[in-house]
Amino acid sequence: MLPLELTGSLGIVGYGLGAIGPGIGVGLIFASVIQGTARQPEARGAMMGTAWIGFAVTEALAIIGIALAFVFGGL
Amino acid sequence: MSRLWGLAPMEAEPEPAGGAEGETFEAPGVSSFDLPPIFPGVPWFDKYILQAIVAVILVLIFWLVMANKNKMVPSKGQFIGETAYFFVRNSIARDTLGHDFKRFLPFLIALFSFILVNNLWGIFPFTLLPTASHAGWAYGMAAMVWFLYNGVGIAKHGFFGYLKNTTLPSGVPVFMWPLIIPLEFFSNIVVRPVTLALRLFANMFAGHLLVLVFVLGGEFLIFHGGSIVNVTAGVVAWIFSMAIFALEIFVQSLQAFIFTVLTAVYLSSALAEEH
Repeated sequence: MLPLELTGSLGIVGYGLGAIGPGIGVGLIFASVIQGTARQPEARGAMMGTAWIGFAVTEALAIIGIALAFVFGGL
Repeated sequence: MSRLWGLAPMEAEPEPAGGAEGETFEAPGVSSFDLPPIFPGVPWFDKYILQAIVAVILVLIFWLVMANKNKMVPSKGQFIGETAYFFVRNSIARDTLGHDFKRFLPFLIALFSFILVNNLWGIFPFTLLPTASHAGWAYGMAAMVWFLYNGVGIAKHGFFGYLKNTTLPSGVPVFMWPLIIPLEFFSNIVVRPVTLALRLFANMFAGHLLVLVFVLGGEFLIFHGGSIVNVTAGVVAWIFSMAIFALEIFVQSLQAFIFTVLTAVYLSSALAEEH
């Protein structure tokens, strides 16, 4: 049996760690939308518009993370 | 990395560790996106630019046909066009831009349809490559949006008025100004176009890479894997790649929508009187 040997880039691990925060953030956004829709179904359209913008802004963190994972991937 | 910045030379990819069975699997990576030119000798004319040109032609034909010969009682084709038009008009432009939305409607519709068609090239059987998975396309579109919203804001408020409007929210006490002004400038002028471009690019890039991993990995497992366990895993990977394609349809449409919505949001915040 060979001992486990991993090669690769630590930047990918860093991206995995960095994606935790935006993951939680996006989850919170859509949890609130689901709750709001359950409480007041007719307000769904207005909430979804804001939710997509909030989702995009939160997701930007993960996107910056993947970009930096490639930038620092060679280190 | 060279994909991201377009300038830095490609670094040598470390060779993946060799498998047990003779042949090695070359994992798809950044280099999978460097496509050869279609005609040898014309280096700039690759698959990306061909797709973008076809997309422009398709979008142009679609809206020209839809804008002509409209009847009071719409036919099926006109209904499709009207639905697409009303989607951008009502749920993107009017909701975010307010009463002033008609000036920007043509731009938003062109942006939305161009990005949508270009993203959907990623699941179209004969192309299978989203155009924006090459970072330059996303950078170009974000630069266009950046010039537009800054230009519109400067045209409305004047140069210094616009700077004051974007970098200084009203009601901030004076002692906070040195903190708030650089932060707001950084987030509104510098980060916005970068995230706009990177969001589109990274979604398309990551989605296409995911498809490549499943399809190419499955192919390797089926035809070079050897044992029956590996072949079964390859078949499962191929079946699962269909689910990835379905996810991609959603992500590609969503990214076209979000790019357009954020453009409208940036335009409306550049036009706003007070924050």
